[in-house]
Amino acid sequence: MSVTTLPAPALIHRQPNWLVRLFDYKPFLIAMCLAPAIGLLTVFLTYPLGLGIWLAFTDTTIGQKGIFVGLDNFQYLLSDPLWWGAVSYSVIYTGIATFGKFALGFWLALLLNNHFPFKSLLRAIILLPWIVPTVLSALAFWWIYDPQFSIISYLLVDVLHWKSSNIDFLGSPWPARFSLIAANIWRGIPFVAISLLAGLQTISPSLYEAAMLDGASAWQRFRYITFPMMMPILAIVMTFSIIFTFTDFQLVYAITRGGPGNSTHLLATLAFQRGIAGGELGEGAAIAVSMIPFLVFATLFSYFGLARRKWQQGEAND
Amino acid sequence: MTDSVAQASTIANAKAAPEAMAWDSGLRRLMMIYLPLGCFVLILLFPFYWMAITSFKPNAELMNYREHNPFWISSPTLAHVKHLLFDTAYPRWLWTTMMVAIGATTLSLIASTLAAYAIERLRFRGSPYVGLGIYLAYLVPPSILFIPLATVVVQFGLFDSPLALILVYPTFLVPFCTWLLIGYFKSIPYELEECALVDGATRLQILRRITLPLAVPGLISAGIFSFTLSWNEFIYALAFIQSGANKTVPVAILTELVTGDVYQWGALMAGSLLGSLPVAVFYSLFVDYYVSSLTGAVKE
Repeated sequence: MSVTTLPAPALIHRQPNWLVRLFDYKPFLIAMCLAPAIGLLTVFLTYPLGLGIWLAFTDTTIGQKGIFVGLDNFQYLLSDPLWWGAVSYSVIYTGIATFGKFALGFWLALLLNNHFPFKSLLRAIILLPWIVPTVLSALAFWWIYDPQFSIISYLLVDVLHWKSSNIDFLGSPWPARFSLIAANIWRGIPFVAISLLAGLQTISPSLYEAAMLDGASAWQRFRYITFPMMMPILAIVMTFSIIFTFTDFQLVYAITRGGPGNSTHLLATLAFQRGIAGGELGEGAAIAVSMIPFLVFATLFSYFGLARRKWQQGEAND
Repeated sequence: MTDSVAQASTIANAKAAPEAMAWDSGLRRLMMIYLPLGCFVLILLFPFYWMAITSFKPNAELMNYREHNPFWISSPTLAHVKHLLFDTAYPRWLWTTMMVAIGATTLSLIASTLAAYAIERLRFRGSPYVGLGIYLAYLVPPSILFIPLATVVVQFGLFDSPLALILVYPTFLVPFCTWLLIGYFKSIPYELEECALVDGATRLQILRRITLPLAVPGLISAGIFSFTLSWNEFIYALAFIQSGANKTVPVAILTELVTGDVYQWGALMAGSLLGSLPVAVFYSLFVDYYVSSLTGAVKE
């Protein structure tokens, strides 16, 4: 393209001043265009990422510059039952919540892929849990999980008479853990459903017609057409979902703050508690850094999902 | 269970036209589609209904399910909203959040439009790698960054200032917007720019007069998305802002309104409802852009 633009017009038709010419000089223009984005990301993302890894090897506290202490922070974490608790709950939380989100979200996407009246309205309504600030919907869940005035307890005890006493959702470890997972699934379903719906709509109906002519059952059509065709988008959405579920902070911080008895700490909330609230920046950074191996694993998972088909070549988006 | 039903229906339909893929029996359709859909909608929307109904209930009704049906309000009251607006710094928090969201959105839009234009249209050696790098930045979650970022913010002397949030939010907005806009720029025919180049337009003129006007839907998508994400952001706002007056709505409700052992659920829910309203209104105006940007960004 640059070849076609070089000749006459630039030389004959205008005598632009040096500023205009400078901005038309391609390397300069590229540098100028990339500068704001790259600058912001370098100063506030790359540098802190490196700094965080460095902090994890120091004993920095708030207001006091730390010194290099090698692997002390990590050794301490390995002997800390709270850290192990946070790791195992993070894994359980991510595992169950991801499974729930994808099972229910895929089902919802399949339902939405049918024809029925008010489809776009319904699609709009379904995205609401994802649009509203997480902390604010988490507060609503906190109120729904109230030990005394929980509406779920009211339904089960006073309306349906299935149970004799109120459920103590957040008062003991396992119920609290599962209550948080339920809230996370609730929040995650819309994102999964709408993303997968977009993928479903790209599958050509002629594939299904061919399969039906060959006598494939509904399950076979799902298993051998829908599922393989959805693999690439499933891989991407799942990576995002796993990364942001594993590093979740808001829901847990808003509803339980890691309680009761530190049983619902995720790595992120534990890092906050030690690093910011407790002032032990070095230790908090070490907890945050300990999330990285899990995230790398999730990203690789997506990469190999991507490699299955040249997804990024991305044709039209419809 | 579903399989056997579906199988039976396919056998029955085997000889029908391809359009009969949708099950024709009305009752089956009701059981397989409308009933589960209804349950989904009910569960997904219930917390909002509960939030709304709690905000307008007098305290007596809130704490007494025996005499009042909890699913309805017998005597609605604006007391909680009034308490929120006049006895707390809520309007101030709303204002701060709005300013932070608008500032961060503007900054990210400018940065990512230029970056996306350079990567997609100025095409230089290594531009795909720059694109990939920006994409990878999106995969770095805030939970890993907030501790070192807090020290960076302190170093810059921005601790406890909303300006810190405006500068930090682009770290998760720019990757998203850039990726979205690259997709939009891709859809604009190259020939238009070539014509302009032949006619002697400078690159910046082309960006301003041709590419940007054609990419307006993409810009709107990126803008409303950034606005929503900055409005909802929590962990940075919690870590970097100390004083009550400078807090954003999500943080302030959680840290300033939750006091003592007796929670004022009415005020808390009214605060949540009011804090959700701006994004909900925004959302209802631009639903299609949301859906397209959500699916577009994931698929690109």
